Amino acid sequence: MDQVTTSPSTIQSQRSAPAEAHPQATSAEAAEPDIPWITIVQNDPVNLMSYVSYVFQTYFGFSEAKANQLMLDVHHKGRAVVSNGTREEMERDVQAMHGYGLWATLRQDR
Amino acid sequence: MPAHFEPHQGGAAIALGELEIALLRSYAEQLLDLLGTRDKPDTDDLLATAFHHGPSEPPQDPVLARLFPNAYTDLAEASAEFRRFTENDLHTRKRSDAEALINTLDKLDPPDHGRTTLHLTPEESRQWLGALNDLRLAIATRLDLVTEDDHEALLDLPETDPRTPVALTYTWLTYLQDTLVETLMP
Repeated sequence: MDQVTTSPSTIQSQRSAPAEAHPQATSAEAAEPDIPWITIVQNDPVNLMSYVSYVFQTYFGFSEAKANQLMLDVHHKGRAVVSNGTREEMERDVQAMHGYGLWATLRQDR
Repeated sequence: MPAHFEPHQGGAAIALGELEIALLRSYAEQLLDLLGTRDKPDTDDLLATAFHHGPSEPPQDPVLARLFPNAYTDLAEASAEFRRFTENDLHTRKRSDAEALINTLDKLDPPDHGRTTLHLTPEESRQWLGALNDLRLAIATRLDLVTEDDHEALLDLPETDPRTPVALTYTWLTYLQDTLVETLMP
């Protein structure tokens, strides 16, 4: 099962796309239904590399190798996409990451 | 070298002295005090809790803002709604992790100048991990630790710097958390 894509360059280019943060776009109905949502874990200097890897293995069930790779992406690239799916699924993942004290956000993968 | 966590019967164990116990306890109490300043229903009243939505605005205090971050970077309204439905649970979890840390320490009876061994069950280990992480996030925010360079600079503070005691505690908590994570690795 490979539901993870790590492409920070894509993320950055998409982030600089014209803002679509109009309040109307926040409701689920207004969001474009065909575009999947992604959970992004952001880097900070506090969360330990060992801890971040532990969280990825424990919560997502990733292998040690995969968890370490994502952890290193967060560390070196500033962020990594750790999951994708429906908006509801991604809100659940973000909530879980916040529970572990990781700084995570979700957005549509435009 | 301070004591570190080791695996013990599926959980973890560490030998702690009086001063270390007092320090950990005091930091956890401060965290609970800070959490208490954030709007929260009376958890004893189940009915009120069931119908109470969490706050929709992010906390003003920078530590609380780090402990309860926004879920969306650019959608304020969606962040507010997410916060209303999730922050209370997150608050409860952080509170119970800090309380678990205090409760397990309170069961210890250290000798005057020696160490006593703290044993944690797997569940207590998980709660300690959460509490240690929250404490480190809180201290780091107060120390303005934002970038990796800030972290490096923290390690090189002169002894006379007023931040040095807190920085040393931070480094110690980091060591505790790191060794505790190792005992929990799948």
